[in-house]
Amino acid sequence: MNPMKKILGISGLLLFVVIVTAMAADSFTTAYNIENLIRRTALFGILSIGVAFVIITGGIDLSIGSIVCLVGCGLPWMLAVKGWSLPVALLIIGVVVVGLGLIHGLLITKLRLQPFVVTLCALLLYRGLARGLTGDQTVGFGTNFTGLRTLATYKIPLIGGFGVPVPCVILVVVAVIAAIFLNRTIYGRYLLALGNNEQATRFSGINTDRMTVLAYVISAVLAGLGGMLFVLDVNSAQPVDFGNFYELYAIAAAVLGGCSLRGGEGTIVGVIIGTALMQVLRNMITLVDAIPTHIEFAVIGAVILGGVIADELVKRYAARKRAERQAHH
Amino acid sequence: MAGDASNCLLEVRGITKEFPGVRALRGVNLHLRRGEVLAVIGENGAGKSTLMKILAGVQQPDSGEVRVDGNKVTLEKVGDALDLGIALIHQELNLAGNLDAAANIFLGREFRKGPFLDRRTQHEKARAFLEAVGLDIDPATLVSTLTIGRQQLVEIAKALSVNARVLIMDEPTSSLSAKETENLFQVIGDLKKRGVSVVYISHRLSEVKAVADRVSVLRDGENAGELGRDAITHDAMVRLMVGRELSQFYQHKPHEPGECVLEVNRLRTPIHPEKEINFQLRAGEIVALAGLVGAGRTELLLTLFGVTPATGGEMRIDGKAHNPMSPRDAIAYGLALVPEDRKLQGLLLEMGVRENISLASLNRDQRRGFLNFDQELELSAEMIQKMRIKTPNDRQFAQFLSGGNQQKVVLGKWLAMRPKVLLLDEPTRGIDVGAKSEIYGLMEELAADGVAILFVSSDMEEVLGMSDRTLVMHEGRLTGELARSELSEEAIMHLATGGETKSVAN
Repeated sequence: MNPMKKILGISGLLLFVVIVTAMAADSFTTAYNIENLIRRTALFGILSIGVAFVIITGGIDLSIGSIVCLVGCGLPWMLAVKGWSLPVALLIIGVVVVGLGLIHGLLITKLRLQPFVVTLCALLLYRGLARGLTGDQTVGFGTNFTGLRTLATYKIPLIGGFGVPVPCVILVVVAVIAAIFLNRTIYGRYLLALGNNEQATRFSGINTDRMTVLAYVISAVLAGLGGMLFVLDVNSAQPVDFGNFYELYAIAAAVLGGCSLRGGEGTIVGVIIGTALMQVLRNMITLVDAIPTHIEFAVIGAVILGGVIADELVKRYAARKRAERQAHH
Repeated sequence: MAGDASNCLLEVRGITKEFPGVRALRGVNLHLRRGEVLAVIGENGAGKSTLMKILAGVQQPDSGEVRVDGNKVTLEKVGDALDLGIALIHQELNLAGNLDAAANIFLGREFRKGPFLDRRTQHEKARAFLEAVGLDIDPATLVSTLTIGRQQLVEIAKALSVNARVLIMDEPTSSLSAKETENLFQVIGDLKKRGVSVVYISHRLSEVKAVADRVSVLRDGENAGELGRDAITHDAMVRLMVGRELSQFYQHKPHEPGECVLEVNRLRTPIHPEKEINFQLRAGEIVALAGLVGAGRTELLLTLFGVTPATGGEMRIDGKAHNPMSPRDAIAYGLALVPEDRKLQGLLLEMGVRENISLASLNRDQRRGFLNFDQELELSAEMIQKMRIKTPNDRQFAQFLSGGNQQKVVLGKWLAMRPKVLLLDEPTRGIDVGAKSEIYGLMEELAADGVAILFVSSDMEEVLGMSDRTLVMHEGRLTGELARSELSEEAIMHLATGGETKSVAN
C-alpha cells in the first residue's frame, strides 16, 4: 500500500486519540503535560527508529530494552561510582553498543541463527550483566552532572512559558538523518530491497549480509543513545527494571507506524507518529479517571491489534478492487 | 491397445487436461497389467507428471476416464486413489524425519489402545512391511537418520501397508547411489512377484531398460508409442520421444562470433563435485544449455554466477582468471544472470518497476553513497521503452505485471549493467507467445552487440530455434556439444539421456 496513505491513517488515529483525551481530561492540555509527552515521545522515538531499520530487513530486535538498561546503568556507574571521565565513558558505551549490534548481526547472517532467538538471548544477557555490574543497586548521578543532564531535561524556551525539550531536538536530528539514509542513499534502498526479497537482492550483486549487520548496529546504537538520554532524564536507574518492555514499545510503535514485520516496508515519519500514538495512549490512561491505570497494557494491545486488523482489511479491499478492475479489462 | 481384460488392473482412456494456455494432455491412453512394470517416459513437459497426478487423485482430468479392475472410477482426492490401491511415491519424499519408521508407515492410521498409542503392535506390523521391501532396520529408527535410499523404501513400505496394488514412482532414483538403485530394482522385482504393478517414470533410459516390462512414450501431451520388453533400446526410446513437428516459430539468424569471452576449465560445481566441466563462450554467440530436468544446468549457471562458488577448476573472462565467490564478484567481472524463478530470485515484488530496474546499477550510479534519482528515472524510462514493458507507470509494483513483463524487468535490470556474458535460466518459461518473441528479439540484439549469451532451456523449439551452438548436460556432466549444423532434437535427446558422446566438447 502507498506509505502516504498509511501515514495519513495513523495520523488520523493519533488526532482522534488526542481530541478524545483532551476532552476527557483537562490536565492533558497543560504545558507541563504536553512538554512531558513530547519528551517521552522523543526518547521512545529514538528507540523505535532504531528497531525500524531491523524490521525493514525482515528481522526483529528484542534486545533494545536491555541495552537501554545496560547503558542507562553503565553511564552513571562509570561516571558516579567509578569516577571515570565523561569522554572515556562515552567511548566505552560507543564501542559496546556497536560491538553488540555487530555480534547480533554476525550471528544472524553468518551462523544463520534466527533474529528472534539471538536477540531474545541478548535481552536476557544484558539485563543480567547490568544487574551484575551494579550489584543490582540503583545507580544515579545524585546532584552532580547537572550540565550533562540538561541534554535530557532542558527545555528550549518558546513563547508563553512553553518550551521544547532537548530530546525532541535530538529526535529530529536522528529522524532527519535516518530518513535521508533510508530514502536517499543506496544503502537505505538496499535495506528496503533485501527486506522485500533477500535472494533477489543478493542476486543483484548486493552484499545483503553486510547490510543486515548494519541494521542491527543501527538498532543497538540508537538503543544506546536512548539509554543514555533515559537515565539523564530520570537521574537514576534501577537495573532490575530500567528499560523493561521498551523493546516492545519500540516494536509496537514501528508496526503501528507502517513497518511490516515481513520486511521491506516502513517510513521514519510513520514510526515517529506511531511512537507519539503509543505515548498519547499511555498518557490518556494515566489522565482519564474512567480508565484504571493498571489496564494500560490491555488498552495498548487492543489499539495495536485494531490498527493491524484495519490495515489488513484495507489491503484486502484494495486487492479486491484491483482484481475487479482487471476483470473489466 | 486395451490389454487382456482379466489381466488389466488399471486403464486410462482418452484423458485430456488443460491448464490456462497449455494443453497438458490430449486423449492419452494407458493400461497397466497385474505385476507389470510400465515405464512412462518423455521429454520435459511431455505430460508425464500431470498424468501421474491425475492417477493419484491430485488433479482431475477435463475429460476421459480411469478404470480400475474394469470399473470406471472417479479420483477426486488422494484418498480415493489410495482406497483403490494406487499410491504415488513422490520425487521428494513425504516422510516426517522426526518420527520413527513405524510411525511414518502408519501416520494417520496409528494403532491405539484407548487414547494411547500402541507402540508394540505398531512396531510388529511395521516390521513385516519393512521386511517386504528388504529393509532390515528397527521400526523405531528415526527416519531422518536413514539414507535417502532407505527412506524411499520406508515410503514404499508405507504404500504396501495401505494395500497398494499400483505404485507410481516419479524419478525414484534421482538421488540414489548406484548400489541403492540396484537394491530398489530388486525390491521392484519382489513387488512384481507379489502382483503389485509399478508405473516407473524416469529420465534415465538405461534404468528403464533394466527395470521395465513395457515402455509407454508421451510427447507433447499425447501418446507417441509403446515398446514391448524386447523392443526397449536406447535409440528406439529416443526416436519416440522426439520427432515432433517444429513450428517455424522463431529462427535465430546466426552471425560470426568474436573473441572468446568466457572460458571454463575443469570447473566443479558443489552439486556434482566429481564431474569436471569445460567449455568456451565467444562474444556475440548464443549458446543453449540443454538437458533434462535435474541434469545440473541451473546449478552450473549458479556456480558461474558465484551463488554456489566452484569447488574446483577455473573460469577465465577475457583471458583473466576470475572465480566469483558471490554474485557481486560475478557482476563485477561482467556476468549477469536472469534466474529460473523470477519471483523468488529476480524481483522485488512489492517494489516499483523503477526500483527493480535500477537495483543492480545503484552502486555504479551512486553519488558518494547517495541515490542518483535523475539517473535512476532516466534508466527506468529507457528500459521500459526499449523492452516495451507494459506498465501504467514506473512505480507499479512488480507483482502486478504479467509474467512476460516481469521477465523484461529482470532483463532490463541486467541490460543496464551492460554485461559481457548473459546467463539466462529458462528465459521464457510461463510467458505468453508475444512476450516470448520479444525476448528472443532482445537476445538477438544483445548478441549482435557482442554479448555472449548462455541460456538454459527445456523448451526444444527454443533450443533449436535460438542457438548458435548447443551444450548438452546429463547428470552433472557435459555429454556433448552440437554445432548448428548438427543440431536436431534427436541428437540432443541422445546426449541428454546419457548416450555416447557424438562430438567432443572442446
